[in-house]
Amino acid sequence: MERADVREPAPPTPARGRTVRHPSPKEYVRIAVVLAVVTAMEVGIWYAEISRALLIPLLLIFAVIKFVLVVLWYMHLRFDSRTYARFFMIGLAGAVTLFLVVLLTFRAFSG
Amino acid sequence: MAVHTFESEHEATSTGLPNTKLAMWLFLASDCLLFGALISTYVLYRGSSLVGPYPADVFDIPYTSVSSFVLLASSLTMVLALAAIQRGEMGRMRVWLLATALLGMTFVGGQVYEFTTFYREGLTLSTNLFGTTFYVLTGFHGTHVGVGILMLLSLVAMSFTGRITPRDTMAVELVGLYWHFVDIVWILIFTVVYLIPTGK
Repeated sequence: MERADVREPAPPTPARGRTVRHPSPKEYVRIAVVLAVVTAMEVGIWYAEISRALLIPLLLIFAVIKFVLVVLWYMHLRFDSRTYARFFMIGLAGAVTLFLVVLLTFRAFSG
Repeated sequence: MAVHTFESEHEATSTGLPNTKLAMWLFLASDCLLFGALISTYVLYRGSSLVGPYPADVFDIPYTSVSSFVLLASSLTMVLALAAIQRGEMGRMRVWLLATALLGMTFVGGQVYEFTTFYREGLTLSTNLFGTTFYVLTGFHGTHVGVGILMLLSLVAMSFTGRITPRDTMAVELVGLYWHFVDIVWILIFTVVYLIPTGK
């Protein structure tokens, strides 16, 4: 006699299909134009005779703009699951921490 | 903003996200630490060399700027390859993948030429702290580009043998993630190593 509480084995979960939104090719080209312009500005200010105190922050700002554009649009972190962004941020935070610890340890305490 | 949508299929996972893509992001996060260590070392020893050649003696900014444009252009062709396979256009995907590989080879070729020039000007791996940190940092980056080129050419070959079909968008997306990561690392190297003056 069969017991009533015996459950049927669960059917295998089907492969998940989900709609993913990515930028269009035109949008990719627009981002590439912005990246090229920012790079040209980087090189341009490198040739301009401006003080080191102004040059370095400007160069770093331009690099961060390019970095963020590539990560958000070309690597799709703006459109994909935030879990990927969290993974990447952990690595990035680790790298920045490493950078600060190395410089503070060897520079600040070496006199 | 202009966007296009497509169906992404992958095997069922507990997170609802494809494991291969999570693994790639985890790998990229770990690679951040590798390049973080190499860039930190370069910055730490910046301007500490006791003998030349110094960065200002050997760097050719116009030449390296062109290399940067080439690598940025390769990121564009990479996303266009991804967009092509997402639309099921395999022929166009191959063209963009080959273009990406060619731009990558141009970049690596430029780096080999640059290294050769620096060597002739007396900068070797053991000449000074600049030589050691510069060659190790940019050499590791160039190696990453080389690996990326192999992956791109493998994708093209696999598409001809039928192992990559319009359903396999994930394979192209994963290689793309790696390629763009190599690009963002170069964005930092170009600024930190080449453009920010050392004063020596």
